[in-house]
Amino acid sequence: MAKGVWIVAEQRDGAFRKISFELAATARKLADQLGEEVCAVLCGSGIEGIAGQLGKYGVDKVFVADNPALEPYTTDAHAAAVAKVVKENDPAILLLGASTQGKDLSGRLVGKLATGLATDCTDVKIADGRLLAIRPMYAGKCFGEIAISSSPQMATLRPNVFPAVENEKAGGVVKFDPSLDAAQLKTKVLEVQKDASGKADLTEANVIVSGGRGMKGPEGYAILEELAAVLGATVGASRASVDAGWRPQSDQVGQTGKIVSPNLYIACGISGAIQHLAGMSSSKFIVAINKDAEAPIFTKADYGVVDDLFKVVPEFTKECKKLLA
Amino acid sequence: MNIVACVKQVPDTEAQIKVKPDGSGIEEGGIKWVMNPYDEFGVEEALKLKEKTGGEVTVVSVGPARAMETIRTALAMGADKGIHVCDPALDGADAYATASALAAAIKGIPHDIIFCGQRAIDDDSAQVGAILAELLGIPQTTVVTKFDLTDGAVRVIRPIEGAQLLIECPLPALVTAQKGLNEPRYASLPGIMKAKKKPVDVKDAAALGVSAESKARVVRFVPPPARAAGKIICGDDPAAKAAELARALREEAKVI
Repeated sequence: MAKGVWIVAEQRDGAFRKISFELAATARKLADQLGEEVCAVLCGSGIEGIAGQLGKYGVDKVFVADNPALEPYTTDAHAAAVAKVVKENDPAILLLGASTQGKDLSGRLVGKLATGLATDCTDVKIADGRLLAIRPMYAGKCFGEIAISSSPQMATLRPNVFPAVENEKAGGVVKFDPSLDAAQLKTKVLEVQKDASGKADLTEANVIVSGGRGMKGPEGYAILEELAAVLGATVGASRASVDAGWRPQSDQVGQTGKIVSPNLYIACGISGAIQHLAGMSSSKFIVAINKDAEAPIFTKADYGVVDDLFKVVPEFTKECKKLLA
Repeated sequence: MNIVACVKQVPDTEAQIKVKPDGSGIEEGGIKWVMNPYDEFGVEEALKLKEKTGGEVTVVSVGPARAMETIRTALAMGADKGIHVCDPALDGADAYATASALAAAIKGIPHDIIFCGQRAIDDDSAQVGAILAELLGIPQTTVVTKFDLTDGAVRVIRPIEGAQLLIECPLPALVTAQKGLNEPRYASLPGIMKAKKKPVDVKDAAALGVSAESKARVVRFVPPPARAAGKIICGDDPAAKAAELARALREEAKVI
């Protein structure tokens, strides 16, 4: 009988990604309803020392594979390691982050474990002893409630949505041998080019300042960069401004860009085409600044300012600077 | 080079999605169906590769009868032939059932490289490529913005949070396409004419010997949660409105 709520913790260069704690706290909540244990799988090299940190967020036991072939992340090595320990322990539920790594790994695991997975969930609960996963579909234009008939019941959780609540548990470490077969490790990371800006990725940002067609050109974004610097925010963009070549593809928020859920999303000069709304409506707080009072973005906004953004934004930046001084 | 591109027919990004009153699915009336935008990048990359190395591009789709339009679109862009896995039992299939059907279809043909979209914009599962690679026992590189094939080695650029990776793997391999990989071509008029005569093999699940059973099931579709009506900050002076916005975010919303 499958038992326990498991997570695949994510670390890079020996430091946990925030999603790992979000996963741990969420797993704890589910496991308490089931009266079961929370276990984490942690893969990497030289990472045994950090494993215990997961205990703070409710993890009872951490299965650690510490092996040079597990750093940096490759699908082949991590999928083999996680599948092995999962098969040996038969958890009821297996959660991963809907991060770039989690999405790459979870699909491969679904193939290895021949099970079902709900991707990018914004809520998970227990109903009649089974996982019920709630997730946006059609980029948030509707939601689906997903039940999984196979085992383990898998789900990936959208970063920045689930609170990383502290709940101290043992976090004991169990080492396991990932039994990696070098001949099966076919993918190699040749180079890691780090983004030098030091800004949070849009999918992990707490605050996003986003600009659309109303920015009138690439130079218009200077005022958004200034505001972002004051708020510690990341700058995003609409499809229109990315397609116009004003901003890089990696900045695009929307159905064919990044799906984001910051605490605060400030949309400047964005009309709110449905495909843009789809990418940002799970933001906790939305501000729209647009001179067109009829723009659909105002239907999603908690606060709206109808005016010329080139007049409002610099003043707003000044006010924020004062408040945060 | 035997190149495969997997495609899915999905509602256009501008489509309004309405949930059926009983929550059993979405209303399909009035929806404009198109090739999944990420699959277009996959098809384009497949065609570019064929232009470089020679060979053949086979386009494979799992979907209802209307999905044939999407296969024809890929053929009109320049793919050579198609396989359409068409079976009512696969309607609403989950990622595992879909990937199993694709794997069975692709196992029957020579394949050196497979392109998929990084996700389909309808169910947004982002799983099929990876499951398919596993079922075929070949390496995957997912969500890639640059692809190169030199001396039998695939090299891709994969953006992750705060970094870009350069990843290498040998053939046969599966690659999932992200926006930025290329600019998909439009089908030319002669292309569209030629596409009508290109062969498409239609198969059902039984012919492929796969189970159409889904493991993950949408129990209920629901509309997105409604957002409470927002507050418009009024006034004539931009500076005063900016100040009020900052105050409200600080004192009421407590988000800055």
